[in-house]
Amino acid sequence: MTRKFTWFNATSLTFAFAFLYLPILILIVYSFNESKLVTVWAGFSTKWYGELLHNQAMLDAAWVTFRVAFTTATLATILGTMAAYVLVRSGRFYGRTLFSGMIYAPLVMPDVIIGLSLLLLFIAMNIDRGMMTVIIAHTTFAMCYVAVVVSSRLISFDRSLEEAALDLGCSPMEAFFYVTLPIIAPSVVAGWLLAFTLSLDDLVIASFTTGPGATTLPIKIWSAVRLGVSPEINALSTILISIVTVGVIAASTIDRRRAARAGERG
Amino acid sequence: MPIVEFDAVRKNFGDFAAVDGVSLKIYPREFFALLGPSGCGKTTLLRMLAGFETPTSGRILLDGQDISTVPPNRRPVNMMFQSYALFPHLNVRDNIAFGLKRSNRSKSEVEDRTAEMLNLVQMNDFASRKPHQLSGGQRQRVALARSLAKNPKLLLLDEPLGALDAKLREQTQFELVNIQEKLGTTFIIVTHDQEEAMTVATRIGLMNRGSLMQVATPSEIYENPNSRFVADFIGDVNMIEGTAGKVTKRDGEAYAEVKTMSAATLKARCGVPVSSGEKCWLAIRPEKIAVSRTRPRSAANLVSGCVDDIAYVGNLSTYHVKLADGSLIKAQTANRERIARREITWEDEVWLSWSPDAAIMLSD
Ligand SMILES: Nc1ncnc2c1ncn2[C@@H]1O[C@H](COP(=O)(O)OP(=O)(O)OP(=O)(O)O)[C@@H](O)[C@H]1O
Ligand SMILES: [Mg+2]
Repeated sequence: MTRKFTWFNATSLTFAFAFLYLPILILIVYSFNESKLVTVWAGFSTKWYGELLHNQAMLDAAWVTFRVAFTTATLATILGTMAAYVLVRSGRFYGRTLFSGMIYAPLVMPDVIIGLSLLLLFIAMNIDRGMMTVIIAHTTFAMCYVAVVVSSRLISFDRSLEEAALDLGCSPMEAFFYVTLPIIAPSVVAGWLLAFTLSLDDLVIASFTTGPGATTLPIKIWSAVRLGVSPEINALSTILISIVTVGVIAASTIDRRRAARAGERG
Repeated sequence: MPIVEFDAVRKNFGDFAAVDGVSLKIYPREFFALLGPSGCGKTTLLRMLAGFETPTSGRILLDGQDISTVPPNRRPVNMMFQSYALFPHLNVRDNIAFGLKRSNRSKSEVEDRTAEMLNLVQMNDFASRKPHQLSGGQRQRVALARSLAKNPKLLLLDEPLGALDAKLREQTQFELVNIQEKLGTTFIIVTHDQEEAMTVATRIGLMNRGSLMQVATPSEIYENPNSRFVADFIGDVNMIEGTAGKVTKRDGEAYAEVKTMSAATLKARCGVPVSSGEKCWLAIRPEKIAVSRTRPRSAANLVSGCVDDIAYVGNLSTYHVKLADGSLIKAQTANRERIARREITWEDEVWLSWSPDAAIMLSD
C-alpha cells in the first residue's frame, strides 16, 4: 500500500470531516451568538450560558441526567465486568456461545426496539416509570459496552498471574480483588466513562422508559427544539458535547496508556 | 517417609493422556528434576501437585495426606512459574510480601521476612522497582524470593531458567543449588535441558509421552540408562544395532557378546536382561571411545574406519568415523595439544577401541 498523499485523498478527507463536524461547529459558534435569531450573527456573547443557569427546568433535567448517568455507569460497570469475567474465564460451559452472543446483541439492536421492549416489560410488571426505569434501561445496554471493553483486556490477561495469587494463599475472590482488578482497572474505568457518556446522550431509550418527573436533558432538548431552536439550546448542547468529548478522549487514552504499558512490559 | 507420593496418577485432556499412570516418591530435602522432551507432561504433573489441575485418576499424597481435594491456596506448596507471573502493579517488595500478607502474620513479621528474602536473592537495591523495570535475571530472582517467602515445604519450579542466556543460566543454577542447600526445602524443578538437570538435581525423573522412563541419580542415569530413549536423551551416544550372543557373568555383572550388522563381535555390559539371539542395541558414549592410528595391541572391542569429519569445539574434538558398513561412530577426545600438531586428520584410517564396561547393551 502506498502512503502517498494525493489530491483525491485530501479532498475526500476534507469533505468527510466537513460533513461530520461542520454542523457541530456551527452549533458551537452560534451558541456564542448575541442575537436571539439562530441564523443571524450579531457578535460574540456568553449570555446564553448565563441564561441557562437561570432556567430551572433545564437545571432539573441536567441533575436528573447526571444522576441517571452516574448510577447507570456504576451498575453497568459492575455487571459488565462480571459478565466479561465469566465469558473469558470459565472456559467452555454449556450455552456459552449463546450467552456471549446475547451479550453482544444489544450493541447492534436498534434503540427503538430496546426501548419498546423494555417499556412493554415495565408495563407488564406494573412498574411505575420514572428515573429508576431509565436507569434499568440504560444499564442493560451500557453493560454490554463495558463487557466488550473489559473482555478485550481480559483475553490478553496472563492467567498465571491469578494462579500465582492462588498459589500464594489467596481465595479466588481475593485473587480477583488483589490481582485481577488492579491490573484491568484502566479498562474498567474506560468502560465506566463509556457507559456514562452513552447514558448521557441517549434520547430514544430514555423517552420510551421515562415517566413524570424524570425528564433527561436529551428529552428536554428534543421537546424544546420542537418549539424552535433557541441559542440557549445551542449553549446547552455545546456543554454536552464538551462533556462527551472529554469522556471519550479520557476513556481511549486510559485504554491506550495501558496498552502501551503492556507492550513495554511484553 | 516421602514428602510427595504420586500413586498411579493419570491426567486426560479429552481422550489424550497427558500424564499416563505416574508413580513416584520424592523425599525431603531432595532437589528433584523432571526432565523430558516438550509436551511429555512435565508441567501437567507439576500443576497437579500445585492444585491447578485435578488428576483423572490416582492419588497424590503430600506428607502422607491425600491432597486431591485441597484447593491450591490451602496447599503448603509454592510454585515458581515458567513466565515468573510477577504482579505488574506491585513493586518488588510488595510482590515478595504478597503471600505473607495473605497469611495471618503480624505486620513486623511480614516486613522482617520480606527483608530476609530480598537479602537472600540480593535484590535490596531494587526493592521499590516495578517488575517491568527489571532485567530477566532480576525478575527470576524476585519470582524465586516470592515463592520461597512463605517457607513452603515444597517448591515447584517450572523451567525457572528458560528465559535466561547461557552464562546467566549457569550462574543461576549454582545459586539455586546454594539456596536449596541453605534452606533445606524440597525442590522439584521442571526442565527440558538435560545439562541443567544433571547440574542441579540430586535425582532425575525422565519422562516421555506422559510416562516416567527412569528415575535415578544423574550419574546413574548417564552411566546406566535403562532404555534406548534414556540413553539417547541424556548426553551424546552412539547406538549400534545387533543381536545378542553369549551372556557371561563376572563380579555380579552380566556381559554379553553382540554380533553387529557388519558381523563384528563386540562385548558390552547388560543394561537390561537379555537372552542370546535377541535383537538389541549397544549404547556407547563418544568420550569412552579411544581413537588411534595404529592398531591397539589388546582391546576387547575394536573397529576400524576412516575419519569422515572432525568437529572441533575448543577443548574437545569429535571424530566422525565411517565404518566399512557405512555407519557413523562418534568418538571424542580432549585436546591436550595444539591443533597444528594433531596427528589425525580427514580421510585417515583409524582404530576405535573401548572396554566392555564402557558400552551398555539395551533391548529394542
Ligand atoms: N489444558 C489442556 N488441554 C488440552 N491439552 C493440554 C492441556 N494442557 C496440556 N495439554 C497437553 O498435554 C501434553 C503435556 O503438556 P505439558 O504442558 O505438561 O508438557 P510439558 O512437558 O510441560 O512441555 P514443555 O516442555 O513444552 O513445557 C501436551 O501434549 C499438551 O498439548
Ligand atoms: Mg511445560
